[in-house]
Amino acid sequence: MTGIISDNVGRPSGLIKAASGGGGVWTKIKEITASSDSTISFVDGTSDVVLDSTYPIYVFKFNIHPSADARLQVNFRDGGSSYDATKTSTFWEASHAEDEGRAEVGYVTDYDLAQSTSVQALAYVSNGNEEVSAGTLHLFSPSSTTFVKHYICRVSCHHSMPGSIDTFIAGYCNVTAAIDGVQFSMSSGNIDAGTIKMYGIGDS
Amino acid sequence: MSGIIAQNLLDGSGLVKAPEGGGAWNFISKQTASSDSTISFTSGIDSTYREYLFTFNNIHPATDGAEFKFNLSVDTGSNYNVTKTTTHIYAFHTEADDAASLSYDTSRDLAQGTGFQNLTGDTGNNNDQSLSGSLQIFNPSSTTFVKNFLANTNSYYSSDSSYNSYVSGYGNTTSAVDAIQFKMSTGNIDAGDICLYGLTT
Repeated sequence: MTGIISDNVGRPSGLIKAASGGGGVWTKIKEITASSDSTISFVDGTSDVVLDSTYPIYVFKFNIHPSADARLQVNFRDGGSSYDATKTSTFWEASHAEDEGRAEVGYVTDYDLAQSTSVQALAYVSNGNEEVSAGTLHLFSPSSTTFVKHYICRVSCHHSMPGSIDTFIAGYCNVTAAIDGVQFSMSSGNIDAGTIKMYGIGDS
Repeated sequence: MSGIIAQNLLDGSGLVKAPEGGGAWNFISKQTASSDSTISFTSGIDSTYREYLFTFNNIHPATDGAEFKFNLSVDTGSNYNVTKTTTHIYAFHTEADDAASLSYDTSRDLAQGTGFQNLTGDTGNNNDQSLSGSLQIFNPSSTTFVKNFLANTNSYYSSDSSYNSYVSGYGNTTSAVDAIQFKMSTGNIDAGDICLYGLTT
């Protein structure tokens, strides 16, 4: 690589050459736009989704507007067609109401999991026209058949109190089978609008 | 932004527009542990990028209950002993569902300490147990400011629990940091990958 393109590497402006094959930069794998969907799924080998050993880390970035005040939740597929991987996790949050009536940080036992196959709560989302919640979920080495599968998530939520809640979720799928599917849903109602983008992060 | 340049954004080939604060990750190097007492990055940390990020993927300790730690160097790895002041908070939940908490851990922070900074809880060494996460360090080459860092990991605690830690702090030095070393509190790093990225901001 020579000339201006080469000179621009690492600079915040101008044109640069995308790293070949992902090259350690984020590679966008799939973007799904919600439209009153009960679930949004990313399954390896389906609809151009890659969720295997191609990347050591996968990242889901989302902004979600629900049809009802509800919780955004996720689950993982570890074989077969069901999203029911066993999980142990933590859930804590910082919250602040618009009227200052609430400002606190604390652990939330209602939404953590202990060897559960149920969905993992990620965020609160209220359904006013302008209301949305946005965040990021990291999934580490889903294709490993040796280790559990760690995940870490943080979401900025517009809660119906009304106010802001910052949720912090982390845990592991306690399985050594590969995770080949990730599914998002709401605790009630649909994912009315929004997008979920899936990226792979390379390591070479 | 429009046309082919826009379409190539985040693709793995073609020309793209350099991000304006978007934080594009640029791969620098990777080390795979194989019963190593330490893993050190002594090159690739300089003024090229304002932010550097390490990812940890399935770090597996040789010894049950070992903690994953790091330290900074200002002499290209001759010494790892930069003075640091830090915080360490964690969320914890057992598989048996008999304990769950969010706590500040005074045993794992540092106050002007030169020792290694703990990034995790007591990680188990069963075959399927590991830890994953990341460490971000800001402007390590600065000779004006201290060196801030942020870390977030999740570990499979030795008592069969999930342990999510948030660590932050600063290397209290105005010398350029040019090397970082990782190790377990006891025993070796049996397996796992550590990658170093530079962030274009």
